[in-house]
Parts: sequence; structure tokens; C-alpha cells
Amino acid sequence: MKRIKVLVAKPGLDGHDRGAKVICRALRDAGMEVVYSGLEQTSEQIVSAAIQEDADVIGLSILSGAHRVILPSVTKMLKEKGITDVLVIVGGIIPTEDHEFLKRHGIAAIFGPGTPLKKAAEYIRENVNKDRILIEEK
Amino acid sequence: MFDSNFVKQIKTKKEKWQEDQSKNVPERTNSSGIPINLFYDPSNIDQLNYDKDLCFPGEYPFTRGIHNTMYRGRLWTMRQFSGFGTAEQTNQRYKYLLSEGETGLSVAFDFPTLKGYDSDDPISMGEVGVCGVAIDTLKDMELLFEGIPLDKVTTSMTINAPTPVLFGMYLAVAENQGVSWDQIGGTVQNDALKEFIAQKSFIFPPEPSVKLVIDVIEFCVKYVPRWNPVSISGYHIREAGSTAAQELAFTLSDGLTYVSKTIERDLDVDIFAPRLSLFFCAHNDFFEEIAKFRAARRMWARFMKERFGAKKDRSMWMRFHTQTSGVALTAQQPENNIVRVALQALSAVLGGTQSLHTNSFDEAWQLPSEKAVTIALRTQQIISHESGITATIDPLAGSYYLEWLTDKIEEEAMKYIDRIDNMGGMIEALKKGYPQREIANSAYEFQKEVDNRKQVIVGVNQFMDEREEVKIPRFRIDPEVEKVQLERLKQIKENRNQEKVLKHLNKLKKAAESNENVIPYVLNSVKVFATLGEIITTLKEVYGVFKEQIVF
Repeated sequence: MKRIKVLVAKPGLDGHDRGAKVICRALRDAGMEVVYSGLEQTSEQIVSAAIQEDADVIGLSILSGAHRVILPSVTKMLKEKGITDVLVIVGGIIPTEDHEFLKRHGIAAIFGPGTPLKKAAEYIRENVNKDRILIEEK
Repeated sequence: MFDSNFVKQIKTKKEKWQEDQSKNVPERTNSSGIPINLFYDPSNIDQLNYDKDLCFPGEYPFTRGIHNTMYRGRLWTMRQFSGFGTAEQTNQRYKYLLSEGETGLSVAFDFPTLKGYDSDDPISMGEVGVCGVAIDTLKDMELLFEGIPLDKVTTSMTINAPTPVLFGMYLAVAENQGVSWDQIGGTVQNDALKEFIAQKSFIFPPEPSVKLVIDVIEFCVKYVPRWNPVSISGYHIREAGSTAAQELAFTLSDGLTYVSKTIERDLDVDIFAPRLSLFFCAHNDFFEEIAKFRAARRMWARFMKERFGAKKDRSMWMRFHTQTSGVALTAQQPENNIVRVALQALSAVLGGTQSLHTNSFDEAWQLPSEKAVTIALRTQQIISHESGITATIDPLAGSYYLEWLTDKIEEEAMKYIDRIDNMGGMIEALKKGYPQREIANSAYEFQKEVDNRKQVIVGVNQFMDEREEVKIPRFRIDPEVEKVQLERLKQIKENRNQEKVLKHLNKLKKAAESNENVIPYVLNSVKVFATLGEIITTLKEVYGVFKEQIVF
């Protein structure tokens, strides 16, 4: 099985990157390949980085409160590019009542403050598209 | 502090005591990695010299406080960071807070404003008025302070790279109110360096960014004498994950950079240094925080006197604002945050702060509701009026533990400052990614300790309530805000004199190219309703933009 490749990205204008950087290291230490986009990424930039890197997972970190607008714009663009097998997850400050809304818009899981690092890594292993991981084995 | 024979006796007795007692206590260290003894006694502070290291309140090195009467003379300013939606909505919140006993204003801007984008820039989509108040033109600023007399309140503005613009707008509002610049007081954060290190709302590369910081300092010294032109901030450094000692060291290193750059403009240190202010975080470890504040005051005074030759006491005063820690707030069992905030606020008061923001208990979820922000303000009022803590100055001075810890934090911070000095100063150090890497390391280590429960967080990794359903009064930004803001901006752009806008933006560009102080030119531009985005774009054409090197 190939190593899972995760693109961690900061959409929107918020500069709070503590969580994004911590999760990058944790996933790397958990044996995954991690690419960090840096700050202020537009939906276009995130989607094109995901394609270029052939990422299996996109982890979006957002603490600005703009998630209801920004996150659906990323998932919509993925859909438009025909990318349907990439797992999209989110970390940050997302009120519980927005979870349903985001899940309807293609966000697989939401990790709020206080999530143990291990839990995020385990979720990825269990839910990453297995075909993507196994294909490369041949 | 003590007679040497007495200390010798104590040491002998202590050795005996240690032999007799069980030594099987687990080791403890604080956030700065300093091992903490089981207890402290006179032998731990036998080198402490009262005159040299502590002295009286209001006397060099000001360890015990900068004022000789401290809170008996004047309480700290209760200043709640606040801003959301449109300028009108935030204006209402300000009037509410002032009516509830708040004593100063503190403006939170939305992300587009912090990054120098107008609300109608495509990149601002979804963020207008969300994390703070949206300001595009002078019109918004007028609405923000409508009915608030700027000669009666002081205002702090958390703005960094675009400081010249927002500050220019504030000056213009004062003028419109008929208040002269020498009557207004307040602070702009204007701390570019910590943006590269931690907060990450940078725009221009480090050198021009610092140049703009110094422009504001120089302008204020000449024309706005009661204004604090920079708030040298450790808060964001700490929130990004640093330890207390790193927070102290990186903040002071930033401050040293601004002081030497301002001196390079032929400004006398005793002219501008009295207007510099600092800003720290009050985190969970109670004594470590108090020690940090005291050490900071002593170190700043010594740097100003010894490194820069300051002669006036006021130049050596470290006046500082404190905010309780945002990252220490938990989303789980959020009511517990009220207690955390109270303890953190107490450490700030025992540390001698001049101004304080207490966080609201719901901030791990949202911008604070009115209920939550009122409790936060009441917390300060209870500390100041009920607890008795304000009766005497620096009441913990002389504590064996606290004095030892104050020295130790200073020592740890000095190691970092020396390292940064050896790299050629903070600008060089941050270009190498040094403080960024140190902070990221500390943040990751901390999180690992939380995950393995070495670091207990009540309600998160111990004493959890699995069935908990968080119930807090919700505070939401109406999506209509964006529409209202876009419409107002459109109206202004249609109705202003375009020719004048272009003329002043051109002059601004020329001033930036010829390395003049740009503040007067920015001021003229905002007065003819040039937008924030237009002014910042003009400056970007001259200074370029910063792309950060990715470190994790």
C-alpha cells in the first residue's frame, strides 16, 4: 500500500496556522506524506495543488468564521474538475449547527478544538479512498 | 537579600530536610521548560539585590510596577476587543460596553481589512464583517465612532500592515468631530515583525513593513503626542504556541528592533520611547505569568537605559496591555472558561498590567455574545473592586518562589535574545524562520503532551462529559452585512471625486518611492475617500508583497 498523501491548506484570509502546522507534523509522524500549502489559498489554488500533488486527502484549516462560504466553494470546484475520490476534511472553529450544512457540501468530517491528533490520523486511515491507496501497489 | 550566615544555615537545614523526606515526587516543569522545585526558601534568592533588582514601585528597574501608586492611584483600563459586522453594528456594541463601565475602546477589524483588501475584492468573499468590523473608507470609520467623542475615550486598534490607512482615517474622524490631534489618545498595534513570526497578517516584505512602523512612530512624536504608535506584541506569539520565555524574548527582540530603527532616523530615544507600549498574553500557569510580567518590566528598563542610553524614567517604563489566552479556552464545557479567564486576569493584575482584555467564555465557538462579553467585563470589575488585590502594590514581591522564577524567566529569555542578536537581529532571524520554527516546535510538543495527558485540560482530556451538548447563546453574523457593505462602498466610489483620488494616490506612490514618511500622503488619500484597498495596492507597487517560506 502506498503512503497516504495529504494536502493541508489554509483557505481564506485568516492567518491562524498553529493548528494546520501541528496537524501537518502529526500526520507526517503518523507515516503520511504531507504537503502544506501555506496561507491565503483560493479555491482554485487548493484544487490545482490537489491535482498536481495527486493528494488522497485534503485537510482544510479554517478559524475565521467564513466556512459557510469558503468551504463549499472548494468542494464545488473539486466536483467541477471531476475529482470525486479525494477525502475532504476540515479542522477549526465550526459551530455544531453548521456541521450538517458542510457535510451536505462534501465535507466528510469536521474536527473541532480539543481533537486528539491520533483521532484525525485514524479517521484518515479508515476513510481514505482505498482504491487510490491500493492502485499504486501494482 | 539575606545575611550570608543565615543563608548558610538554611542551606544546611535544607539538606538535612531533604535527606529525611521522601524524594519520590514526580518532576514538574513549567511551559518554559524550567524545572520547578518542591518549595523555595531564602537560599534560592540569596543573590537578589533589593535596590538593584526590585526597588520601590515607580523606581528603576521598575520590577514592582511603573507607577509609584499603581492601582491605588489609577486602575488599569478595562478594554474589551470588539468588532463585527458593519460599522453601525459595532458602534452599537461600543456604546453598550461604555454604558456598562468599560473604560476604553478596542477595535477588531475583519480579515479583509487586516490584509488590506476592500470588501468588494473577490478574495474577501465570505469574510466581510465576519471576524471583526469591515472598514473600506473614511465613511465606515465615521460611522464606527458616531456619537463617541474621541477626546473623551481612548481607542486601541488592532491593525498592523495597513496601520497608516486606519490611523489616517481615525485622525480624519477626530478632525471632523472638531477634536485636535493632541487631544486624542489610543494605540495602534502596528507591530509588523510579530506578523511574520506568528499572526501572519503581513502584506509587504519585512524591511518596508518596519519602515512603515517607524513612519507612524515618527509622525506621532511630531503631531499626535498622546498616541501610542506601536504595541509590541507577544500575545500572538504565545497564542501561536510559544512558551512564556519565548514570548518574552521574541517580543523584546521585536521592540529592540523598532527602537534602534527609530534612533536611525535621528530621533532621540527619550522623545519617542515614552510612547512605546507592549502587549502580552496571560496564560494558565499562574506564577509563571506573573514572573514573566515582572521580568519583562525589568528587562525593558535595563535595555532602554543600558543599550539605548535612555535618561528619562518614562522611556524605561514598560507600559503593557494584557489579554487572557484565547487558545486556553475550551470548546468543551465552555462555562469552565469563566474560571480560567478569572485566574489569568488575576495573574495580569498581580503582574502590574496597565490595561486588560478578558476573553469571553464562548470564544472557542464564536465571536462573543453580549451575555458572554458582559461576564468577561464583570470578571475584571470583581477583581478590581471586590478581591482586595489592588490595595497594595506588587503583593507577591519577596516570595521566594516568585522572585526566583522572575530571575529564571529573565535568564531563559536572555538566551534567546542573545541568539537573535547574534543572527543580526530579529529581521534576519525571522527571514531564516528561526522564531517561527521555535514556536511551531513548542506548539507541537504541547499538543503531544495534551494527547498523552501529561498536560491536563479539564473537560478535554480529563473530567470529560461524553453526553455533553454545548448550549451557549449563539452569536451569528448576518450574511446581509456583506451586501450592505458592498452597496455602501459602491455608492462612495460613484460619488467621490475620482480625479482627486488619483492625484493623491500618485503623490503617495512618489513619496513611497522616494522613501519619505508616507503618513501625510495616506492621510490626504483617505480624506478624499480613497479606499483601503487602493492605498495598499499603491504601496504594494512600490514595496512588493511578502511570500512566506513554509515551515512546519
